[in-house]
Amino acid sequence: MANFLFYAFALFTLATAAGVVASKNAVNAAMCLLLSLVGVAGLFVALNAYLLAFLLLLVYAGAIVALFLFIVMLLDMKETESRGFGKLSLAAIILAAGLLVTGLSTFATRGRLPVGDPALTPALGPDIKLYAYQLFTTYLLPVQVMGFLLLIAMLGVIVLSKRWEGSDDVK
Amino acid sequence: MFDFFFQLHPVIQGLAKGLAVIMVIFPIAGACSMAERKVAAWIQDRPGPNRAIVPWVAWIPFVGKFLQRLGIFHVMADGGKMLFKEDSLPGHVNKFYFILAPIVAMVPALTTITAVPFGAYFDSAGKVITLGLAPLDIGMLAVFAVSSLGVYSAILAGWASNSKYPFLGSVRASAQLISYELSMALSVLPVFLWVNAPGLPGTMSFGRVVEFQSLPGFFGGMWFGFLMPLSAFIFLVALFAETNRQPFDTVESEADLVGSFHTEYGAFKWGLFFVAEYSHMIVGSGVFMLLFGGGWNPLPWVSLATAVDWLGTILPFAHAPLFVGVLSIAIFLGKTLAMIFLFMWVRWTLPRFRYDQVMKIGWQKMLPLSIANLLFYAIAIAIIQK
Repeated sequence: MANFLFYAFALFTLATAAGVVASKNAVNAAMCLLLSLVGVAGLFVALNAYLLAFLLLLVYAGAIVALFLFIVMLLDMKETESRGFGKLSLAAIILAAGLLVTGLSTFATRGRLPVGDPALTPALGPDIKLYAYQLFTTYLLPVQVMGFLLLIAMLGVIVLSKRWEGSDDVK
Repeated sequence: MFDFFFQLHPVIQGLAKGLAVIMVIFPIAGACSMAERKVAAWIQDRPGPNRAIVPWVAWIPFVGKFLQRLGIFHVMADGGKMLFKEDSLPGHVNKFYFILAPIVAMVPALTTITAVPFGAYFDSAGKVITLGLAPLDIGMLAVFAVSSLGVYSAILAGWASNSKYPFLGSVRASAQLISYELSMALSVLPVFLWVNAPGLPGTMSFGRVVEFQSLPGFFGGMWFGFLMPLSAFIFLVALFAETNRQPFDTVESEADLVGSFHTEYGAFKWGLFFVAEYSHMIVGSGVFMLLFGGGWNPLPWVSLATAVDWLGTILPFAHAPLFVGVLSIAIFLGKTLAMIFLFMWVRWTLPRFRYDQVMKIGWQKMLPLSIANLLFYAIAIAIIQK
């Protein structure tokens, strides 16, 4: 059953991800992205990672793809003609795919993750407090750096989008 | 008595439970539309819908007349009309997404119910066991996550309709939903800070929240609505905005937008949008009652266990799990319906905000207020629970 669910969700995720790249209509692409994210959330549920699954749904499927669709609708994009891939983007695709496969295979074969005692892990996924303690102790620096990055991005958007009245130098 | 049910395959059991819950929620959502018209009539001092009647009910003296005045047959008349009306498909729409949108509206609205517990009983050891479809440890997050998917129905319906007013309506709807989600999520955090007291396993389940509202003592029995009134208020306002109810009805403002993202819809597809809106209201009211209104506890400072003990002095079967379960569901449903009455009461009392006011309230008033509220309670709870 678990295997079947894994294959079903994996196939679904890959097929819809291919749809994102292949579809000419931007709305179709965004909807495929949404379905792909739902598929990934399903994979997380199969791994008993309920918190990750629902956070993925809440943040990405619920808000970010909605914003994508919002922008697509506001710009009223028409279907684009497929231009094929240029040489540069082809090279970039191959390089990126190669890096991703190398990284994942290295991680899968050599990576070591601390594995807790499975008997101590509750049936419905680990305690939510554990995540919080980990985030605020072991991984405090990455969390802070990510927060800072988001803050900078937000400031950048404010600077770019705000009309500064009475000052000619900033435009 | 129910042994045959537990011998069924787990998948069939799950399906049966889900269907049972949907079979309760769907008619309630339909009946709410009737109740809305009746409440509107009472508030405006007119009789409201009171004509439709099935012939053989009309033959019953007194009762038939009473049911007719109550207008309950209008629900069936409305449902029948929607089912048998011509389901027109305008020529200028994107057919796939046009048909998909009402389905996308219904699915998250009904799926959120899986994470919401609606009752409890005590097993032989006196332990509280909550009744619900999925006793998720992260119930609150699940409700937020799934209900946030409802925004796609508005976006898709407006875009696929290929017409100006629905498009404007859907842009408004999606902006409004995204704006108020933030303050809604921030407003419930103090509740979960409080129930995740030191020494207890961390959880975001509704069961724990209700458990904390049924403890003995003055603060133990206090509902979170009294303990955290500002949180409850922010959550309530955000709930009104999320369900597109008056006074945040800008999405459907008939005066300037004809209808809304469902202007081009008719017959049963429109009906699905309607039922989805009421399902959202029912689930939202239920969540509000779980978080701030004591869940299935009958009164503040009177928990379900106390009430059952009192009843036990009169009724011999009061401690039977079946009785306690049904009683708790009845109490919870009653409270939820009272909340829905509040929704209707507000709708027919307050005027609609302008759209810029909605955005201003959302970002410049509610969001800073909810952040300040969270900070205050975070510090207060840290001091109290130290």
